[in-house]
Amino acid sequence: MIQAIIDWFGSPVGLSVLFSAVKILGVFSVLMFIVAYSVWVERKVSAAIQDRCGPNRVGIFGLLQPAADAIKSFLKEDFTPAHVRKTYYWLAPAIVMIPSLLTVAIIPFGSLIGNEKMIIADLNVGVLYTFGIVSLGVYGIVLAGYAARSKYPFIGGIRSSAQLISYEIAMGMSVIPLFLIAGGLDVQQLSAGWQSLLAGTSGLNLNRLVTWQAGNGWLICYAPISFVIFLAAMFAETNRMPFDMPECEQELAGGYNVEYSSMKFALFFMGEYASMTAAAALMTTLFLGGWSLPVAGLNQPATTIWIGLIHIGIFLAKVCFILFMVIWVRWMWPRFRYDQLMDLGWRRFIPLALANIVITAVVLWAKS
Amino acid sequence: MQDALFYTFAFLTLMFGFLVIANPFSRNPVTSAMFLVLTIISLAGLFVLLHAFFLAAVQVLVYAGAVMVLFLFVIMLLDLKAEERRKIKTLGVVGGLISTGAILAIFLSSLLKAPLGATQSPVVEGGTVALAKLLFTQYLLPFEIVSLLLLVAIVGVVLLSKKDLK
Amino acid sequence: MTVGLEHYLVVSALLFCLGLLGVIVRRNLLVIYMSLELMLNAANLALVAFSRFTNNLDGQVFVFFTITVAAAEVSVGLALIVALYRKRQTAHVEDLTTLKL
Repeated sequence: MIQAIIDWFGSPVGLSVLFSAVKILGVFSVLMFIVAYSVWVERKVSAAIQDRCGPNRVGIFGLLQPAADAIKSFLKEDFTPAHVRKTYYWLAPAIVMIPSLLTVAIIPFGSLIGNEKMIIADLNVGVLYTFGIVSLGVYGIVLAGYAARSKYPFIGGIRSSAQLISYEIAMGMSVIPLFLIAGGLDVQQLSAGWQSLLAGTSGLNLNRLVTWQAGNGWLICYAPISFVIFLAAMFAETNRMPFDMPECEQELAGGYNVEYSSMKFALFFMGEYASMTAAAALMTTLFLGGWSLPVAGLNQPATTIWIGLIHIGIFLAKVCFILFMVIWVRWMWPRFRYDQLMDLGWRRFIPLALANIVITAVVLWAKS
Repeated sequence: MQDALFYTFAFLTLMFGFLVIANPFSRNPVTSAMFLVLTIISLAGLFVLLHAFFLAAVQVLVYAGAVMVLFLFVIMLLDLKAEERRKIKTLGVVGGLISTGAILAIFLSSLLKAPLGATQSPVVEGGTVALAKLLFTQYLLPFEIVSLLLLVAIVGVVLLSKKDLK
Repeated sequence: MTVGLEHYLVVSALLFCLGLLGVIVRRNLLVIYMSLELMLNAANLALVAFSRFTNNLDGQVFVFFTITVAAAEVSVGLALIVALYRKRQTAHVEDLTTLKL
């Protein structure tokens, strides 16, 4: 029996199942680690900016603070207000994290280790899938607002649905120039390592984008306007500071999560950071060259395990850089007003993104 | 494996579809909308089984991501509390069941009689490239007309949602 | 017996009938509208299945157009419902009896 199981894991199907399971576990634990410690970084950065100490009691530099927070939120009383809609009240915190977990599944977080691609699911519809999943992110927040059956959470939920739908359009259109630019990739002329990385892929695949960037330079240099629009839309999609209308503390007293306490509240909190991390990973892949680095031959697919691990490290470093920037912005910028947010989305970013597509297409046509 | 997945997704689609229209626990429109989202996602699973990858992604992106959010938005705006208390009329249910059953019988009998002409070895793949080639060559005119339709819809919605409708 | 075209068509027919039943039985305008979406989706499933099993992509192009038109239709329809609600304060078909004497 045991021998049969070991044999099955030795067969091609069993091996792929094994590798997938290892990758899923690895990505999940790294994501959770980043979520936990970005909260710590957030508190430290805000403290530094506001000339405070920040958490410094639990462990050296307060490094065990995330663990303490987790224990605290587990031990607090899980209070359910009497007036809420029970089913949705329970459901909403459970589904806020699903979209971010599904998004990281198709991000290429490294090149190759052995012959194994460092990506959980290498989809040909790549970026379309991402936007499909990102657009599901709104449900957790809207349902939380609806479940609360009280005013401020409800307004938060309504705001969130309108905001996410509006900025999704700008976000989707901002990435079109990237695929216009990188579309002419000729796989036949690449070396063997690339061939095995790109086997069976087509245009919208994210690994192709990374490949193109490794050969020609990062796309942030070719499409800076796209980068700016995507960055702003990312802040709006993840409800981060200049655009955190659904929760803004001063006018909505916390918005959609007013009625939540203990672990359920912590789940919303983790969901926000998980979606930030997923968005940062997507941004790294789209604009910052993914796992590649144009020095010391690191923009070639790995041939040894060590280079493969270094690639993963480069990817994580880039993600952490973007997360740090996002956190920094939160403590530097005031919040927009809601009508300003809508105005910016519909009347500035969407026309800009459209113009960007047309200009990119014309330039590419003139060049060819 | 494929068969098991088909039966799973088909069962999920039909079950969620049933819960959209006749949920025994709640007549709340929001519940219906959430089950419609689940129906759409399981349908996307069926599309993947049919190798229509592009359409599966578009299905989730457009239906679950945009259309249903719009539904939820409107349901919440309208605040439909009074609806839950109304009684369902027996006559309507019986009539509906009879007519729907009749139509289902027509469907199934025609399905049994007609030769389907299906190949046993389907090879076609609904990838992005293949669909785009068709869309921008053979179906270019309908494509442009649809974009015009979207424009008309935008103008119409903006006009309809003005405060003082004349 | 492996899963073939018939299986998908049966699922599609059942889903269509569920949608139809919803349109007939339910009295809430928004739920009726959702049932209509269900019917559209059933048709889409049938089209994709036909496209797969006749080795012809035209069916999928048709579904692409259907989804686009459905999106436009939903936005206009919901705007109409909102406008109606503003005038009559109801989204219930039994209360909308203006044509009745």
